[in-house]
Amino acid sequence: MLDLTYEAPKPKVIAGAKHDWELVIGMEIHAQVSSNAKLFSGASTTFGAEPNSNVSFVDCAMPGMLPVINEFCVAQAVRTGLGLKAQINLVSAFDRKNYFYPDLPQGYQISQLYHPIVGEGEVLVELAPGIARLVRIERIHLEQDAGKSIHDMDPNLSFVDFNRTGVALMEIVSRPDIRGPEEAAAYVAKLRQILRYLGTCDGNMQNGNLRADVNVSVCRPGQYEKYQETQDFSHLGTRCEIKNMNSMRFIQQAIDYEARRQIAILEDGGKVVQETRLYDPDKGETRSMRSKEEAHDYRYFPDPDLLPLEIEQGWVDEIAASMPELPDAKKARFMADYGVTDYDANVLTAELDAAAYFEEVARGRDGKQAANWVINELFGRLNKQGLTIADPPVKAGQLGGVLDLIASGEISGKMAKDLFEILWTEGGDPAEVAAARGMKQVTDTGAIETAVDEIIAANPAQVEKAKANPKLAGWFVGQVIKATGGKANPAAVNQIVAQKLGL
Amino acid sequence: MNANELTIAEARDALARGELSAVDLTMACLTAIDAGTPLNAFVHTTPEIALDQARAADARRGAGAGALNGIPLGIKDLFCTRGVASQAASNILRGFKPEYESTVTSKLFEAGAVMLGKLNMDEFAMGSSNETSCYGDAVNPWKVDDRRLTPGGSSGGSAAAVAADLCLAATGTDTGGSIRQPAAFTGIVGIKPTYGRVSRWGIVAFASSLDQAGPMTKSVRDAAILLGAMAGHDPKDSTSADIPVPDFEAALTGDIRGRKIGIPREYRMEGMPAEIEALWARGREMLADAGAEIVDISLPHTKYALPAYYVIAPAEASSNLARYDGVRYGHRARLGQGDGIVDMYEKTRAEGFGKEVQRRVMIGTYVLSAGFYDAYYNRARKVRALIKRDFDEAFAAGVDAILTPATPSSAFGLGEMADADPVAMYLNDVFTVTVNLAGLPGISVPVGLDAKGLPLGLQLIGRPWDEAGLLNHAHVLERAAGFVEKPRKWW
Repeated sequence: MLDLTYEAPKPKVIAGAKHDWELVIGMEIHAQVSSNAKLFSGASTTFGAEPNSNVSFVDCAMPGMLPVINEFCVAQAVRTGLGLKAQINLVSAFDRKNYFYPDLPQGYQISQLYHPIVGEGEVLVELAPGIARLVRIERIHLEQDAGKSIHDMDPNLSFVDFNRTGVALMEIVSRPDIRGPEEAAAYVAKLRQILRYLGTCDGNMQNGNLRADVNVSVCRPGQYEKYQETQDFSHLGTRCEIKNMNSMRFIQQAIDYEARRQIAILEDGGKVVQETRLYDPDKGETRSMRSKEEAHDYRYFPDPDLLPLEIEQGWVDEIAASMPELPDAKKARFMADYGVTDYDANVLTAELDAAAYFEEVARGRDGKQAANWVINELFGRLNKQGLTIADPPVKAGQLGGVLDLIASGEISGKMAKDLFEILWTEGGDPAEVAAARGMKQVTDTGAIETAVDEIIAANPAQVEKAKANPKLAGWFVGQVIKATGGKANPAAVNQIVAQKLGL
Repeated sequence: MNANELTIAEARDALARGELSAVDLTMACLTAIDAGTPLNAFVHTTPEIALDQARAADARRGAGAGALNGIPLGIKDLFCTRGVASQAASNILRGFKPEYESTVTSKLFEAGAVMLGKLNMDEFAMGSSNETSCYGDAVNPWKVDDRRLTPGGSSGGSAAAVAADLCLAATGTDTGGSIRQPAAFTGIVGIKPTYGRVSRWGIVAFASSLDQAGPMTKSVRDAAILLGAMAGHDPKDSTSADIPVPDFEAALTGDIRGRKIGIPREYRMEGMPAEIEALWARGREMLADAGAEIVDISLPHTKYALPAYYVIAPAEASSNLARYDGVRYGHRARLGQGDGIVDMYEKTRAEGFGKEVQRRVMIGTYVLSAGFYDAYYNRARKVRALIKRDFDEAFAAGVDAILTPATPSSAFGLGEMADADPVAMYLNDVFTVTVNLAGLPGISVPVGLDAKGLPLGLQLIGRPWDEAGLLNHAHVLERAAGFVEKPRKWW
């Protein structure tokens, strides 16, 4: 496997009216745990069910109801921790975060403030070949999601849907290691990719299954380095938290807007007020939701309904033993084993299904060629039709068959593309389809020689030009292939043309 | 003798011998409940359910019937009972009928028990006199002259009903003494099991780390029988212990020779009435006469127990009671034009919760708030750990059980404390809260009458999970005390 080394990217610098400013960003990602049942009740987690149909007595906080931890959700959190190279805490505990809201039936959210299940880890966020930010993870904790308040169904009444109430979330908290809007989006994308590889979160941002709270502050160049040396936050600016974003594009826009807002305040001699803000994508601006003074006092305390969560190292080891290959490792392996480029390796490993498809095509074949076909032909065609790699019209085995026909010289690249098109629309076994359609390139040198001789004889001027400039031999190759109806093997034609022209 | 005056053990034997039917027994109780209306012990009666269950019990009679087959019980209003009003004596749950059955009542019904109805209590189990109930005061069947007395609290209705023979036994819950104090005030037996012995699922929560349900009965034997049916691991309660339930009744051997009984010097409170002191001394003698060894012990952090309790219990309560917000069930205030969600919360909770509940919610909210958390809640948790350690050390030194008074006085008059500092009421729990903080089993046994003719009880505290041993000690104390007095029937 390749050992890829990376250089850290430069932080984003925004030129203010008076000075340059740098950004410092930390993120809290709320990732819905992939699980059929909720964190503390047996209720289903199916998305899009009829309102209030996936609600148990526990979820709607009926009197005397008690939470019981869902072991599978714990395993998912451990798996995620292992995937982020994080410390797994064998003893963790649940706390109550108290506040009143109609979509929070208990009047508190069960979360893990004091003793999270996962401790420090890291995520490598690649920004360009050879350039990557190592973002430190502070912690991951398990917590309950809230329900949904609906205010637009009736002019006088509000409604609540408790289907999502109690669904397990992982809150993945980063250190303030992200230094620009693009890095922030890349961080979310990388985390999402890892979670999807792990099968611990489906990463569906549209459904709100992956949401981000972004903490943004600005500082003068040099200050961040002082923070790094001392871990003393006083070297950094006052931060604002932009809540609940579920689009990569909005995350970038919001950070950019927020940084410029803070810079304007500071350059005017003002002070940034620590507060929670919301991003309005229509207006392209953030606005204050509540200040630090108005912030809730959540009155966290250990949930007395739940004993500390104790897990065994042996159980963690079992989960570790069942870990899938993760994106970084897969990418390095693809580069080493199949000789694909850094860029192509990123494209091929972006989604697990795509990587598996590529690997099935590439195994035992020319890796680079396989990569080209998968990325250019397959992905291109899928995108064009709005299809996904989950159910491609041409299966990996079929594409592999096409590549085998090219490799054996039976069909040309041009023919292969036609064959691919036929397989896409009509299906079938590549070799059989090629045979049935008479797709067979001529490798009989006798036939090719005759064709070459004819074209040389008919084009004496071109012959002179080609002899002076051998690069023009390609014209003869093209003519020969055209004359043979595209069936002549280009490699054979090349060789014979060169020989006949005496190149 | 009327059938409702029987103990569980007596009724069980009479039923087994065919001398009595469960229907007759149930009818006797329902009649007594009707006559007992002035006690305000039962707040919802369920005669149809009771008679159905009794008929089913009669049909089942014989081998294979459960330990409580045909035994009529009263159920504290804190227990959720399917289809039957369960409102924790609070207006905020007025009319609430759960669609589920608490684990404890489910187990009782599986054992063949008959439910007569729901019993009065302090609102959300917060109180020591049953005066905070939305149903009005429960009244102690014991009387001095014409003064109406408290049956204690919070399980005041349970205590009054058992003492007045309205039922054979009742369920109670105990967060800081709510089984043991009313048992002592009414001359009956009440045991709070080890925390985790009995499932809390389906019991309206007051303070989750302290709440524990237990039996309130006419005898120690009955407590053993009823606890056996209530106890056991419940996967629906994460704090319920997966520990086998022994045969508690079989443990009542009456033999405590060589057992070590600890007498904690810190329980000798300043200004403790001489009568209580004398009762305690008699208890020591009774156990010594039965062959136990009496040793002085020290539980040095006892004096911090009450303040720690009145931080921890309200803290948990403030959070546990947040769910009563008027959104999904129970009371919702009528809103005015322009009222928003915060108005709805404030009005609903102001109307729905009584004064004492509001006081504790506010105390709890305060002690958990940022800036005060360490000074109050965290410090109280540390004190709690020290109190537990005191007991651990005593038991490690070979003590089998600890004997203390159950209450600092006999029952007081209803309304007597109305103008008193709330702390004066909290002092009722001074001997009992330590046991909840340490998660230990504790039992109150009636031992005698005071000069006014009111019952007094002693408390025995046991090792964790040793309810069997504890009940046996209590059985010996009960036998030696020979307490047979009953309240004179005035209702």
